[in-house]
Amino acid sequence: MTSPGARPPRFIRVIAVVAIVFFCLPFVGLLWRTPWSRVFDVLGDETSREALWLSLRTSIAAALVSVIFGVPLAWVLATVDFRGRNIVRALCLISMVLPPVVGGISLIFSMGRTGLFGRWLDEWFGFRFTFSTWGVIIAQVFVAMPFLVLSVEGALRQVDPRPTDAARTLGASSWYAFRRVTIPSIGSALIAGTVLAWARAFGEFGATITFAGNYPGTTRTLSIATYSALENDQGRAMVLSLMMILVSFVVLIALRDRWLGSEASR
Amino acid sequence: MSLNLAIDVRLDSFRLRVDVDVPTGETLAVVGPNGAGKSTLLACIAGLVAIDSGKIVLDEKVLDDDDIRLAPEERDIGVVFQDHRLFEHMSVIENVEFGLRARGVRRKDARAQSASLLDEMGLSNLAERRASDLSGGQRQRVAMLRALAVRPRLLLLDEPLSAIDLDSREEWRQSLAHHIESFSGTTLIVSHDPIDVERLADRVVTLDNGRIIDDERTTNGRS
Repeated sequence: MTSPGARPPRFIRVIAVVAIVFFCLPFVGLLWRTPWSRVFDVLGDETSREALWLSLRTSIAAALVSVIFGVPLAWVLATVDFRGRNIVRALCLISMVLPPVVGGISLIFSMGRTGLFGRWLDEWFGFRFTFSTWGVIIAQVFVAMPFLVLSVEGALRQVDPRPTDAARTLGASSWYAFRRVTIPSIGSALIAGTVLAWARAFGEFGATITFAGNYPGTTRTLSIATYSALENDQGRAMVLSLMMILVSFVVLIALRDRWLGSEASR
Repeated sequence: MSLNLAIDVRLDSFRLRVDVDVPTGETLAVVGPNGAGKSTLLACIAGLVAIDSGKIVLDEKVLDDDDIRLAPEERDIGVVFQDHRLFEHMSVIENVEFGLRARGVRRKDARAQSASLLDEMGLSNLAERRASDLSGGQRQRVAMLRALAVRPRLLLLDEPLSAIDLDSREEWRQSLAHHIESFSGTTLIVSHDPIDVERLADRVVTLDNGRIIDDERTTNGRS
C-alpha cells in the first residue's frame, strides 16, 4: 500500500525499465540461441545426469552442514559478548565477498594434499580432498555457509527474548528453549538462509574447481560441466545453463512468496 | 521454610535494594508506582536479572548469592508475566505441557496431566486452539495454568489481572484467589489495584524508587 505521493516520476521509471531490460537480455539471448531440438538429448545423457546428480547431492549436503555449524555460530555471534567478536564475524563471513578462486586457493594451502592441515590427513589417513566429492562439499560449505549465518544471526538479534525467558522459568534448558521457542520464531529466516546457502552451493564453481578439481563423477558438478562444455559444445553448455536458470528461478520464486514475502509484510 | 530475599542490583542509574522474608504459604503483594522496581524484583527472583550482591534463598536452597547463581530453569519458580509471554506458535495444550516436557516428562504423561488441568479450569474446548488466537482473559488463564503445571514452589504473578476488563474482574479475582489458596507454596503478586491486594494477599509491601517504604498485613492476613 504505497501512497500516491511516494510513486516515482516518469524518468525514474524509465531508468528502472532499463535495469529490468539489462537483467532480461542475457536470458533472451540464451533462449534465442538454445538448440531446442537437443534439449532432451543433452539432459538425458549420462554425463549430464551424472553432473546434475552430483550437484544436487553435494549442494544439499553443503546446506545441511551449513545449518549444523552455521546455526550455533550465528547463535554465539548474536548473543555471546567476547573480545574480537567483530573480527571473528568478519573472518566467518569473508568468503561471501571473496572471489571464489581465492577461497579455493586458500583451501588448497590449508586442506589440500600439501597444505598445512591436509598434509596430516594424507599422511595419517591417506585421505585427500583433491578429486574427492568431500572436497566439493568443503568448498561449497566455505562459500555458502555465510549466507545462512548472516540471515540467522540477523534474525536472532531481533528476536523477542521474552518468550525464551518464560520458557527458562518453566524449566527449559537454554538449548531446549532455543529449539522449541526461539527457532520457531525465526523459522522464515532460517529457511531463507538455508535456501540461499543451498543455491550458492548449487551454483558454486570457482572454489570447487580450484580446490577439488574437475573430475567426472566425483567433482565435476553441473556448473563445472557447463563451463567445460563451453569449450567444445556450446549448444550443450546452453542447455545445461538453461536447466540451472530454471532451478534457481523456481527456488527464488518459492522463497519470495513463502518466506521473504511473509516476513516483509509482518 | 520460607523465601528470604536480600537483593542489591543496579541497572543503569536505577538501584534496587530489597530485604524481605516471606514464610511459606504466605501471599505477599508488592505495590508501588511505575518504575519502583516491582518487575525487576520478580525478574531477579526468577533468575532473569543477575543481582549484584545479596542472597536469594527459597526453602533453605540458595538460588543466588556471591558464589551460586542458579539458572532460571533450576529454581522451581512459576512466573505469570504481565504480558503473558505465551508461545504463540503452539496450541494451548502445548503451552501448558511445555514445562513438563522441558523437565523430561514423557509426551503422553505430560499431555494427560495438561488435559486434566485444562479440564479443571473449564478450558478443554480451547486445548487445540493456537495461543495467538486467544482473547486477553483466555491468555491470562493459560499463562497461569502453564506456570502451575510444573508445581513450582514459588509463584510470581506480575499484574495478573491487568488484561481483564473491569466488568469481569470480580469473577477473575475469585478464580485467582481460589488458585492461590489451593497453591501450597509462597506467592508474590505485583499489582496496582488496591482491591486485588486486599482480596488476594496476606501482606503488602510498598516499593518506591527501589526501596521498601512500607510493610503491613492486609485484613486478609490478620484474620
